[in-house]
Amino acid sequence: MTESPFVRVLLRVGTWLVLGFLYLPLVILAVYAFNESRALAWPPPGLTLHWFGEAAANPAVRAAFLNSIIAGSAATAIALVLGTLASLAVQRFAFFGRDTIAFALVLPIALPGVITGIALQTTFKTMGLNFGLMTIIIGHATFCVVIAYNNVVARLRRLPRTPEEASADLGADSWMTFRHITLPGMGTALLSGGLLSFALSFDEIIVTLFTAGAGTQTIPIWIFASIQRPTELPVVNVVALVLLLLSVIPVYLAQRIAGETAGVTR
Amino acid sequence: MTAPPGTPLAGQPDSDPARRAPAVTLEHLVKRFGEVDAVSGVDLEIRDGEFFSMLGPSGSGKTTTLRMIAGFETPTEGRILLHGKDVTGVPPFDRDVNTVFQDYALFPHMTVGQNVAYGLMVRRTPAAELASRTDDALRMVQLEGYEKRRPAQLSGGQRQRVALARALVNRPRVLLLDEPLGALDLKLREEMQIELKEIQGQVGITFIYVTHDQDEALVMSDRIAVFNRGLIEQVGTPADVYEHPLTTFVASFVGTSNLLSAAAARDILGMDGTFTVRPEKIRIGAPEDSVATDEHSALGRIREVVYLGADTRYIVALDAGGELIVTQQNLQASSMEALAAQGRVVRLIWQRQHVLALKGGTTTSGEAEGAET
Ligand SMILES: Nc1ncnc2c1ncn2[C@@H]1O[C@H](COP(=O)(O)OP(=O)(O)OP(=O)(O)O)[C@@H](O)[C@H]1O
Ligand SMILES: [Mg+2]
Repeated sequence: MTESPFVRVLLRVGTWLVLGFLYLPLVILAVYAFNESRALAWPPPGLTLHWFGEAAANPAVRAAFLNSIIAGSAATAIALVLGTLASLAVQRFAFFGRDTIAFALVLPIALPGVITGIALQTTFKTMGLNFGLMTIIIGHATFCVVIAYNNVVARLRRLPRTPEEASADLGADSWMTFRHITLPGMGTALLSGGLLSFALSFDEIIVTLFTAGAGTQTIPIWIFASIQRPTELPVVNVVALVLLLLSVIPVYLAQRIAGETAGVTR
Repeated sequence: MTAPPGTPLAGQPDSDPARRAPAVTLEHLVKRFGEVDAVSGVDLEIRDGEFFSMLGPSGSGKTTTLRMIAGFETPTEGRILLHGKDVTGVPPFDRDVNTVFQDYALFPHMTVGQNVAYGLMVRRTPAAELASRTDDALRMVQLEGYEKRRPAQLSGGQRQRVALARALVNRPRVLLLDEPLGALDLKLREEMQIELKEIQGQVGITFIYVTHDQDEALVMSDRIAVFNRGLIEQVGTPADVYEHPLTTFVASFVGTSNLLSAAAARDILGMDGTFTVRPEKIRIGAPEDSVATDEHSALGRIREVVYLGADTRYIVALDAGGELIVTQQNLQASSMEALAAQGRVVRLIWQRQHVLALKGGTTTSGEAEGAET
């Protein structure tokens, strides 16, 4: 490449501008979590850990946090089981309409959350289900399953078939081959798929709004509800920071895992 | 009476008829993949305890045939019998055969020991027996002490041995090997050829060996089936196939093709058809040399000399059309002398008994071109 010095400077400035644009709000949010004052003032008059204690002691925050963890874990578990089954069906067996089904499986990711949310709400009402944690879990599982499916199907596509044949050749029936050969081969794909769907569930708000009902809050819903109350602002900042970390870290780990295994298989 | 270890059914009188049945019988086996005829009607009987090779060029249907015997592919038509029992619809895990795959197909997440023990593990073999049989198998392929390693930490030759041990540990009655030495370098391949043959002698089971390397097939096999376009052209011992090829294809695929047809056949041999003479059966003489009554001869000019160390190969353009290749051992001749022969006019002489008539040779394109030059 032979750009002129001027172009090079321009590109560098542009890059920093984009990064700043992306990350400055997050930095400001993080700093305000340690703000001594209740009001938003820049620069903050002093720093404190006081609001972290306050947030941890807040019963609504604690309940919302627990709900988020349960919803994320349960939705992820459901997604991994269903996503794995679907990807095995699509990748390992030829059947009529397979390509259509493969497409239909990933299509929901393009659906607006509002549509998913209202569709689920209508369905749950029709079925007479009580809105609460259970309906949140089902709602989250619908998009988590796509993530899990995508991860596993990509891995299955790359896994060589001959070890599975060798396993059958050595006397293992289909279930033993799955347990001893296929599943370990998918291991890291399941892990990264699981982390991604947990992160996705943890900060999801639209589908949750439609499926939560009145009494149940997750962390994003609690933030959304509390942001209008000025007294809660410092605690909201703290909770938002925690939410940020808890959704970014799994994504980072998932990336690392995917990168590592890609290196190994080559 | 003590049976040698690894002879599964020795000494069981009931199994006598089964033992006399062929290890593998293929009855008009056909496999079609959509439009492609991979195997187009193979009939074959492989004897118990035989080292049997399937030899043929790329795409001739060897692997597909082997995979049908193993149970990975279902035949489109025909039947497969193992020791007289129809197994055509039986899944791979219920067949008493094991496979050594070309790419080894080791389990990457398991150690060498776990790989070898896998077949015993899934069949719930008691721990003590599992351990001792795994040790025996590793010793047989000279890999004691490698139990704890992963496949990724082994060389190609060592992986090949693990694959072999993993199959043999189950004491199958038939072992299928799909070009198991294909990925190894020449030296290692020759060592492994001898070793495989020794192991087969030790365990006394049927080996079905797929290869496209004619030397390998000739060295190792009790019998060879030569595949071409999904069909078997000839089945026989290495000597049979080499010395009495039945078709043009076999003559040229096994050994060097030395074909005489059309005008050359009429002029030199006085016969119509396609014939072959092996390069080492021909001697090179001076044009004025006399020819005995039980000999044929042909005049030609040495077009090219290839010095191969122990042998020299002469490519001779015949006056009657076509070419013949002659190989001679360098008993006394130096490379200088051999190479100096280029361009010389010579008389090629061979005994009549070494001329073999072939089927299906009239359309060989190389001959038509050769006749014009
Ligand atoms: N799964 C498949 N689908 C479609 N065609 C196939 C399939 N497997 C094999 N074939 C075709 O069948 C023919 C025979 O293939 P096969 O693998 O048996 O040949 P081979 O003799 O083992 O060749 P090689 O020495 O290259 O391994 C080839 O034309 C191949 O392209
Ligand atoms: Mg093959």
